Amino acid sequence: MRLQFEPRPTPSLAAQVLAPIAAFALTVVFGSIFFLVLDLDPFETLHVFLVRPLSSANGVSEWLLKASPLILIGLGLAIGFRANVWNIGAEGMFICGAIAAGWFALAFGDGDHAWLLPLMALAGIAGGMAWASVPAFLKVRFGTNEILVTLMLNYVAVLLLGYLVRGPWRDPFGFNFPQTALFGPSALFDPLVGVYRVNTSIFITLVAVGIAWLFVQHTFTSYRMTVGGAAPAAARFAGFRDSHSVWLGLLAGGGCAGLAGMMEVAGPLGQLTGHISPGYGFAAIIVAFIGRLHPFGIVLGGLLLSLLYMGGESAQIMLRLPAALTRTFQGALLFFLLAADFLIYYRPRRVGRR
Amino acid sequence: MEIAIAIITGTVVAATPLLFAAMGELVAERSGVLNLGVEGMMLIGAVTAFHVAFAGYPLAVAAGAGVLAGAASSLVFGVLALNLLANQYAAGIALTILGGGLSAFLGREFGAAPIDPVEALHIPVLSDIPVVGRILFDYDPLVYVAFILFGLIWWMLFRTKAGLVLRIIGENPQAAHDIGFKVIPIRYLAVLFGGAMAGLGGAYLAIAYTPLWVENMTAGRGWIALALVVFASWRPLRVLLGAILFGGVNILQLHAQGQGIGPASEFLSALPYLATILVLVLISRNRQTQKVNFPASLAKPFRPGH
Repeated sequence: MRLQFEPRPTPSLAAQVLAPIAAFALTVVFGSIFFLVLDLDPFETLHVFLVRPLSSANGVSEWLLKASPLILIGLGLAIGFRANVWNIGAEGMFICGAIAAGWFALAFGDGDHAWLLPLMALAGIAGGMAWASVPAFLKVRFGTNEILVTLMLNYVAVLLLGYLVRGPWRDPFGFNFPQTALFGPSALFDPLVGVYRVNTSIFITLVAVGIAWLFVQHTFTSYRMTVGGAAPAAARFAGFRDSHSVWLGLLAGGGCAGLAGMMEVAGPLGQLTGHISPGYGFAAIIVAFIGRLHPFGIVLGGLLLSLLYMGGESAQIMLRLPAALTRTFQGALLFFLLAADFLIYYRPRRVGRR
Repeated sequence: MEIAIAIITGTVVAATPLLFAAMGELVAERSGVLNLGVEGMMLIGAVTAFHVAFAGYPLAVAAGAGVLAGAASSLVFGVLALNLLANQYAAGIALTILGGGLSAFLGREFGAAPIDPVEALHIPVLSDIPVVGRILFDYDPLVYVAFILFGLIWWMLFRTKAGLVLRIIGENPQAAHDIGFKVIPIRYLAVLFGGAMAGLGGAYLAIAYTPLWVENMTAGRGWIALALVVFASWRPLRVLLGAILFGGVNILQLHAQGQGIGPASEFLSALPYLATILVLVLISRNRQTQKVNFPASLAKPFRPGH
């Protein structure tokens, strides 16, 4: 007797929901083997990775703080992915949002302005969108591959940020460190509770989840984009223009990533430095897929990836393991998810011995 | 004169890792498989080769280790894309993230510790010719390997039956399957070859070009290699031309930075990435050229039978 796979008549909804759980389980198995090879006790290490980070109030605060930008970026990317617009430049859009917001913070941060924070949020959205409009324009106008353009612009954004914090925006009283001055209090979000770092910007993410859910469930535009992504010829026949999906998909991704960048610099960082993103733009791709491109799923995906970031930090402190482990497990998680997705469209069947 | 020679030879050396990786990807794409994991495979190849070179083994062994590591990492992609019919974009991105993380982990002990640079291969008589000898015959052995492999791949793709079969599979896998060609095994070979070449490109960076290991040292060269294949419209000669063009941009901006001319160094460093976007735009404006050699089944999953 052996197993054979045959196409399912309709995609399995159960497999669609179970695949992320299976992927996480397989990542844990992969991690355990990895730890065994490193001569570490897998149970203890997994405890350090997945349980310890959440076992204090501060841990939960950090968990939500990191999940928030991941969820926000994931929501924006998912809108593009649904329409088959492959934006892998969220990292650059995040940085540009932070730069745009940072300019206002540095220019007006000294005073006590109630309008500064909303203005910075708008600037963040605009900065991310501006960066995203380059690949969108090139794709629509010339048919240039958006994957490569968005990726290349990540490197350019990192260099632009590096130029600003080493050059014109460097803090004159900062002992020559490549960073700007600290933002004034009116350019920062208030803490949510007491001494913890999680701040009121988390409400922005919550509102974005609601908006994304309404968009996905209740608007014709979203339906058009999904049809266009799944069956471009049919969509063109029905009169839906590809270019609208490209623009909307990229601008949504850019706006959300830019806003997330603003939230990061107006929140835990409080200034611009050369390294403002620990790879959120890439991790958010995984968040979107783990969340099945659905807003509520993306919330869970963001919480999971945030936990992986914290686990990596916790393992770095407790076990002196390098931070690169986080990225390794992120990659493994996406790998196992894509593998498990096979069962959405195919089912195993026992074939008797002849 | 000295500077001109330095720029020319520097260009060839900078083009070499791109040539390795892009020619490998060209073979994979000609079979209809788009592997966006080049960056990750290069990093895996680079860190592996550096480990081996650091342990004192000779260049050939270290490069061979990079080749094997690159090929092994491409298997991960192969299983996803060829057996499990995963979306090839997503599978390639997964490989890039995994390769970046794993290579950083494996290379954690080398805090930019240098190894001995590779000696240039001295070819009797030829290397001693003034000027011409220095421009053409004063490179480390791997540069010659890159150009020999380039010739072999061109010959294989367009002058052998194996190359014809590969191109037919990339054009129409169903028809190739119906004739009796084994689409999946042949695509596996193409993906493995792409991984091996990316690994060699990464190895070259770590043991000959730099030569040291730094986290994420490929700095987007894997993605530039992918762009080169598009820029070349899937034609080998144009891949070579593109690699030299990009090697040249890179060397010129490095020289400009070294001389302290031009704008701030960050803008010069951004030039290779901006140049990539520019050539992609220029080439995609001409859709006719793109269509002629485009492997029609590129990135489309294929399941034999049924």
